[in-house]
Amino acid sequence: MSILVDKNTRVICQGFTGKQGTFHSEQAIAYGTRMAGGVTPGKGGATHLGLPVFNSVRDAVRETQADASMIYVPAPYAADAILEAADAGIKVIVCITEGIPVLDMLKVKATLQNYPQARLIGPNCPGVITPGACKIGIMPGAIHKPGRVGIVSRSGTLTYEAVHQTTQNGLGQSTCVGIGGDPIHGMNFIDCLALFEQDTQTEGIILVGEIGGTAEEEAAEYISRYVSKPVVSYIAGLTAPAGKRMGHAGAIISGGSGTAQGKIAALERAGVTIVHSPAEMGTGMLEQLKCCKPHEHHS
Amino acid sequence: MYLHEYQSKQLLGAYGMPLPAGRIAHSAQEAVEVARALGGASWMVKAQVHAGARGKAGGVQCANSSAEVERMARALIGSHLVTQQTGTQGLPVGTVLVETPCVAVRELYLSLTIDRRSERVMVMAAAGGGMEIEQRAHDTPDTIHTVTADPVAGLQAEQCRTLAVSLHLADKQSAQFTQILLALYRLFVEKDAALIEINPLVVTDAGDLLALDAKIVLDDNALYRQTELAALRDVTQEDARESAARGFGLNYITLDGNIACMVNGAGLAMATMDLIKLHGGEPANFLDVGGGTTADKVAEAFKLILSDKKVRAILVNIFGGIVRCDLIAEGIIKAVSEVGITLPVVVRLEGNNAERARELLHDSRLKIITADGLTDAAVKAVASSKLQVAR
Repeated sequence: MSILVDKNTRVICQGFTGKQGTFHSEQAIAYGTRMAGGVTPGKGGATHLGLPVFNSVRDAVRETQADASMIYVPAPYAADAILEAADAGIKVIVCITEGIPVLDMLKVKATLQNYPQARLIGPNCPGVITPGACKIGIMPGAIHKPGRVGIVSRSGTLTYEAVHQTTQNGLGQSTCVGIGGDPIHGMNFIDCLALFEQDTQTEGIILVGEIGGTAEEEAAEYISRYVSKPVVSYIAGLTAPAGKRMGHAGAIISGGSGTAQGKIAALERAGVTIVHSPAEMGTGMLEQLKCCKPHEHHS
Repeated sequence: MYLHEYQSKQLLGAYGMPLPAGRIAHSAQEAVEVARALGGASWMVKAQVHAGARGKAGGVQCANSSAEVERMARALIGSHLVTQQTGTQGLPVGTVLVETPCVAVRELYLSLTIDRRSERVMVMAAAGGGMEIEQRAHDTPDTIHTVTADPVAGLQAEQCRTLAVSLHLADKQSAQFTQILLALYRLFVEKDAALIEINPLVVTDAGDLLALDAKIVLDDNALYRQTELAALRDVTQEDARESAARGFGLNYITLDGNIACMVNGAGLAMATMDLIKLHGGEPANFLDVGGGTTADKVAEAFKLILSDKKVRAILVNIFGGIVRCDLIAEGIIKAVSEVGITLPVVVRLEGNNAERARELLHDSRLKIITADGLTDAAVKAVASSKLQVAR
């Protein structure tokens, strides 16, 4: 098992014939993702990368029974693309696009409440991958390995670090979700933690957070109540100055709230294993799974 | 993107916000002319910088004669104003705002911002202006009244009236408050604001509401559709390296340490800063070169780093996902030889074609120290920075 996506997930790409859409669709196909086609308004009927192009997500869903979409359309059109996917019945909407105006995202989030079937991942994220089965996004497929750890992260490259480390030490990953670096985004830590807790393949969870907002504090509260699996966490930004936006739109300490210190303290109180170096996410998880590996219980 | 007080007030005025009479001046002489045109016997002279706490720092003064206006404006224009929010260098004052003073019988705080938790625009209002709202939210949260607007329906008059009641406004002011607040919400949405803060909003001796100070921050992601407002950017208020970086599509923030870093990805860039600190060094900057790093971008990034004279070592940390590490290595080699870098450069490349990249760096005969992993990179960077300082 895994969460969100697996080998049966049928994926379309919005912004299919653009540069980014083309490149990452090729990568997804090469990885073995079941790509079913793509959408570029006005180019319906054409064939691209050997797959059908549709004018709308609705057409694509009708013809291909796609249940997931990856979005590479430019920021000014991305909010519209997300809502089009939701309205067409897509279940997993992965928006890679960076730079969407925050007011557009407020409207998207409010409107998505009318589409309970739709789960939005991102925007401004690397995407989601179930190693060996389905890659939706810009992450490098080769560093992954099917396995035991669920990874959820606000940062793309730090997700890759966690993946690299858990591949090197043999743990492997069940599913990795990059929830994105924007202040207003789709699935949050809690949504992913709930799915990982239910997933039989996932034995431990790595949660990668960063400064800004209170998502880590809320996750800590949730973990202390509902998560029985070991959680290892790294929080970036201990040295970040207040009031400065550190690359991600959402990574800002404002008015003393959103600090790494506060997040680390909240997670520690919830029983999460904190690693203070980004180089130790893999070893931290390995130690946790060594001491409480389910199949090592006395039979 | 920050707007100056006077730019914020121009925008607010266009949406019907009652404001003190005033105009900007770029010289002492012009300030006197503005004061004469405004009339009256006293004037406020306000330094225009992208920082708060100006009053305590001498950036907001009351002049009782045109000679005083002249003297105050002369002292402020061309100086650097250091406030609690600027850092020790302060910010350059290029403009002053000269305004007619008003008699305030009451001060209020009013702001609109994005609330990440409710995922809505949140209005915050409080009796008593002037002070830092964050401090107050921490100390006495009960004195701050909030409502959030449904993103589809927008802010409702009923919500404004609720706030007016909480603030104990008189009937006349309550109607005025509702009108003002609805206009502010319209401004927020139409102009893609990230923050509108009126601090203080005052009740004058005539019983009218008036915005004494104003601060507007715009959503950087939306500047592409707010071209008129984007043109109001004042680069003199920004760190020179940070503005230069933006021009090259790099994300750079100056810090106080002496180990520079160049990283792909915002999260990893922050983590690299933390790692330097963890191993006993101090980061000189945050620098995210982005996903699609090219040799040109790497060269520009090196130039940016070298323009900071306190830098003693450079740590390059790239996780080559889709990008091939050997291409990045070539970029680094080209940049190091072309830019003529004499400082120690520690490079950690991981991911796609990393082996080949390490060979290239090794064979380049340049002063590049290759690192094996994150920890090794940080340890080597800290060690070489200390060696440089010792020299």
